[in-house]
Amino acid sequence: MSASASDARVVDIGMPRLSDSMEEATILTWLKRPGDAVARGEPLVEVETDKATMVYESETAGVLEEIVVDDGSTADLGAVIARIRVGGAAAAPPAPAPAPAPAAEPASPSAAEPRVEVEFRDAIRQALDEELARDERVFLFGEDVAVAGGVFAVTPGLYEQHGPDRVFDTPISELAMTGAAYGAAITGRRPVLEIMFGDFLALSMDTLINQASKYWFLTGGKQGVPLVIRSVVGGGGRFGAIHSQMPVSWLMGITGLKIVAPATPADAKGLLKAAVRDENPVVFLEHKRLYSLKGAVGGDEVVPLGRARIAREGSRITLVSAMKGVHDCLAAADLLAAEGVDAEVVDLRTLRPLDLETVLASVVKTNRVAVVEEGPLTGGWAGEMLALIAEHGLGELDDAWRIATPDTPIPYSPPLEDAHLPGPERIAAEVRSRVSPAGDG
Amino acid sequence: MSRVGDTAPAAPAGDVDTYTELYRRMLLIRGFEDRVQSLFLRGEVYGTTHLYSGQEAVAVGFASSLGPEDRVACTYRGHGHLLAMGTDPEGLLAELLGRETGVNGGRAGSMNVVDPEHGVLGCYGIVGGSIAAATGAGLSLRGTGAVAVAYFGDGTTNQAYFFECLNFAKVFELPVVFVCENNGYGEYTPFEAVTPGGIVPRAAALELPTTELDGMDVRAVRAAAQEIVGRVRDGGGPEFVEARTYRFVGHSRSDPGKYRPEGELERWQERDPLVVAEALLRDELGMAADALAAIPGDVEAELDRIEAAALAAPFPSEISLPEFAGS
Repeated sequence: MSASASDARVVDIGMPRLSDSMEEATILTWLKRPGDAVARGEPLVEVETDKATMVYESETAGVLEEIVVDDGSTADLGAVIARIRVGGAAAAPPAPAPAPAPAAEPASPSAAEPRVEVEFRDAIRQALDEELARDERVFLFGEDVAVAGGVFAVTPGLYEQHGPDRVFDTPISELAMTGAAYGAAITGRRPVLEIMFGDFLALSMDTLINQASKYWFLTGGKQGVPLVIRSVVGGGGRFGAIHSQMPVSWLMGITGLKIVAPATPADAKGLLKAAVRDENPVVFLEHKRLYSLKGAVGGDEVVPLGRARIAREGSRITLVSAMKGVHDCLAAADLLAAEGVDAEVVDLRTLRPLDLETVLASVVKTNRVAVVEEGPLTGGWAGEMLALIAEHGLGELDDAWRIATPDTPIPYSPPLEDAHLPGPERIAAEVRSRVSPAGDG
Repeated sequence: MSRVGDTAPAAPAGDVDTYTELYRRMLLIRGFEDRVQSLFLRGEVYGTTHLYSGQEAVAVGFASSLGPEDRVACTYRGHGHLLAMGTDPEGLLAELLGRETGVNGGRAGSMNVVDPEHGVLGCYGIVGGSIAAATGAGLSLRGTGAVAVAYFGDGTTNQAYFFECLNFAKVFELPVVFVCENNGYGEYTPFEAVTPGGIVPRAAALELPTTELDGMDVRAVRAAAQEIVGRVRDGGGPEFVEARTYRFVGHSRSDPGKYRPEGELERWQERDPLVVAEALLRDELGMAADALAAIPGDVEAELDRIEAAALAAPFPSEISLPEFAGS
């Protein structure tokens, strides 16, 4: 060792970017302690991202000087989680034998750990777990849902719990998967199929349009199609034009198909349970930006399909949305409240069929409505919602309009994508430009 | 690859009674299709129709090897598959006539009939849809001893459904028999012109056991079907069949079939499945000539009754179904 102590320096180790969509992650276990030598490429820390549990191998050789973020704590992407002393007399020991492989842990916290709130993804997993246990006709399949536990870490442990006949991985083969789900649904099973990204639903469309949504009609009401397709949708993840789309416009015109779009963990669980028990084909949309959202969930609570909820009460304008848009509307309502505009927010929860009754009751109260849709303005569900409101409540309306995404593909670059999506600031600005504070007329 | 057909076993898979019934069923299908043609020309059958005339031995031979727990998925050329599975001919004709007494109450029409009570998952208007439905039924039937059969044409072997579903079925060793009825033409186009490498090698590449058979000979079809269905029923995994047959009519009502080379139809008509079955009964099974000659008249009389009843049935008044089940 020729290096002297004076050559030593301390390098900050930032929270690594271990998933394409993560904004933060949780330290599960440090595999080194302060004072330990660390070789380049040696496992340093086990991290739970929004998608999976990953082992981060050190890119820096030296001695672990300090752990900044302890086991169980969460830090933002890039935040300093540890410091490694590089160089100096104690540095660069020979690479030790490989550390023992970390035990294979499920990507979610231990079930034994009591907690009242769960992440949106955990709520979905709970619903699947409970429905698989409740009804042996139910099975779950899709790409990487079983052994790997899902690319968004939604389904870990279900394969181990329910076995390979009930939870299984498939080839990358959306036509076969969706067609097979339909064929199984009309012969006595209740399949839950995961189509990894909603964009891939384009490949499922023949079965949805030409087979699954027609069967109950053709059989004269004798045979339903109890089939659920779960799919990850929506923008904001920097996935670009073909992994960020909202497929609702494509699906909206399919008679006989239900479209479910939860905004909260409780609804994700309760609506998914209802979808599994429904006799119709259901597309269940999981917004990728909601997976890490935490909230309390019910036990065996089933949230009926087709019923909206009032997410926030208000009197001056009704904001109608679904999925992440509900949270954008709630944030916009907070901004507007400070300016004296009291907004009511309706969470539709189901996009087909639309719950006109709840929306209309709100509009009767506020006389103004903005429908906020993440999805192209032309041909979207917001237009259908506004048409229904106009047909049934024109006399109640002082103002009505849509806030949606432009009729262009979704851009990749963060500032471009952020500008593309209807966020709280845009919603608040549009309301501000059209609705005066209460009392001003 | 096992080859059945040209080298079909000499011993009949069944006796004179069995083949009399199969012959009768094939006559029923042919006579039914003739009447559909006639009713179409009279404006009683709407839209379009795709007739099964010439291919009867395939559906009848396979159906004779299936039990009540088995499921089949058919194509838009499905009248023959339905009648082979036991769908009520009067109900089927009434369906084509758009009547309330139709199998599906006039909601389906020629291309989209479903008859789960007789094991028919449906007739699929999209090329390849039958393959997907049968593959999914295979998921449900796995381990039960029942099988699913997908019927489809030569044109379907160029569809993604074909590759995806055969692969999917093989990966999970599903109890599905994929029966390609190669009638020589995908709509108006000869299959050789659009199917490089032929059909069987495509299934063989996915490691499905394959069988090529003479789809004009109901005994050859039945013998092969019994072996294949038996293996699949016993958990042997999916199998593939190419039944070589011929469409005696155009693709649909509006197609006169003028693209066919001169003499081709006549050559195939010499091997008309009805002629082949009649010869089997007469020459090999020793059926008396007068008993054999009486069968077509019996079938025609039955069809007269069916046609009169179907034409007398009322049209449906209105759709009473809401959009969603359970609502």
